[in-house]
Amino acid sequence: MPVFLSRRAALAVLALAAATGAAHAQTPAPQALLPAQSEIAFVSRQMGVPVEGRFRKFDAQLALDPARPEAGRVALTVDMASATLGAREVDAELPKAAWFNVARFAQATFQSTGIRASGPGRYEVRGTLAIKGHEQPLTVPVSLAQSGATTLATGSFTLKRLAFKIGENEWADTSMVADDVQVRFKLAFSGVPKL
Amino acid sequence: MAARPVALRQPRLDPARHALSMHSASAPRHPSSAAPAPRYGGAAIALHWLLAALLLGMLGMGWYMTGLPFSPQRLKLYNWHKWAGVAVLALAALRLAWRLAQRPPPLPARVAAAMPRWQRAAHHGVQGLLIALSLLVPLLGWAYSSAAGFQVVFLGLVPLPDLLPADEALAALVKPWHARAAYALAALALVHVLAALKHHWLDRDGLLARMWPGGARA
Repeated sequence: MPVFLSRRAALAVLALAAATGAAHAQTPAPQALLPAQSEIAFVSRQMGVPVEGRFRKFDAQLALDPARPEAGRVALTVDMASATLGAREVDAELPKAAWFNVARFAQATFQSTGIRASGPGRYEVRGTLAIKGHEQPLTVPVSLAQSGATTLATGSFTLKRLAFKIGENEWADTSMVADDVQVRFKLAFSGVPKL
Repeated sequence: MAARPVALRQPRLDPARHALSMHSASAPRHPSSAAPAPRYGGAAIALHWLLAALLLGMLGMGWYMTGLPFSPQRLKLYNWHKWAGVAVLALAALRLAWRLAQRPPPLPARVAAAMPRWQRAAHHGVQGLLIALSLLVPLLGWAYSSAAGFQVVFLGLVPLPDLLPADEALAALVKPWHARAAYALAALALVHVLAALKHHWLDRDGLLARMWPGGARA
């Protein structure tokens, strides 16, 4: 077992060295999102019923050296038209003005302003969340786990939908649709240096 | 084959049954001469009418709400419909359990004797199907809600387990069957009501009094 692990580790180092090229140090490997292994889901509550949805299309730019997280940055863009609750009838409503107003606000964004380590493999990411033209400060706890060349960032947070005017007019009634929306994410990246 | 249990229950009337069945009008014209028919128990009567009222309301509600545009009103009615459906399922299960533990009173001898064979078969068949569909319709609604990805949360407080995994294709498959079973239930209930009224107004055999709340009125 230890022999196997060390061999794998050696192979990984070799692969990394090959990927980054002989000239190392100054140019870190590009960190890229692996969309097929990533997911952003959200759970809203309709009259006490948890309803899960997800975004099919999003992108992220990451520049993180786990050794110096304070210098790291992360930016996220979510294609709001790609939201689905898995029910056609409801999916047809989400892009409309009362909900996401996709015609005017096609993307939601998150831009980090600071990252700090809060434990082994754990980070606190501060930043600004912008949805539907409304910005809110947000601090998200994120866990990083590495397997092979892939780094998985997972976390969840709760946002107040009315702070972003998601669900307007008759839909602002929180007894019908709760204000709290739980967002869960799992973002897979390649090219993040070893933790 | 079907006549055997009846013959065991009312052996003295069995020979007369075949003779009378051809002239069904002659026997039940004078119900007053017979002892009052044994009635359903209070719990069975209460469950019967409660279920009847709920099912009628649910049919109208289901018909109305599915025509509404996407709105909080529609969402509210759908959820109320599901909560009431849970109540229907529980009451129908209770009614079935009650019926198995406390057998319903047999048909009064004169009424039974007056009924041709097909009417006896229809009598048992319709009653059995009414109970079966009272269970099946809410179960299909629950299954559809699960498949559509909307868990049923009774009164917005008690989450019920999903009967099916959330799957759009599965939901589309189950959805029409909830409606079809509901319409079948409504059609059978109509047959049931017409038969009861026929006994009450045409045969005047006092059969309705067995299930009428508050006692014999026939």
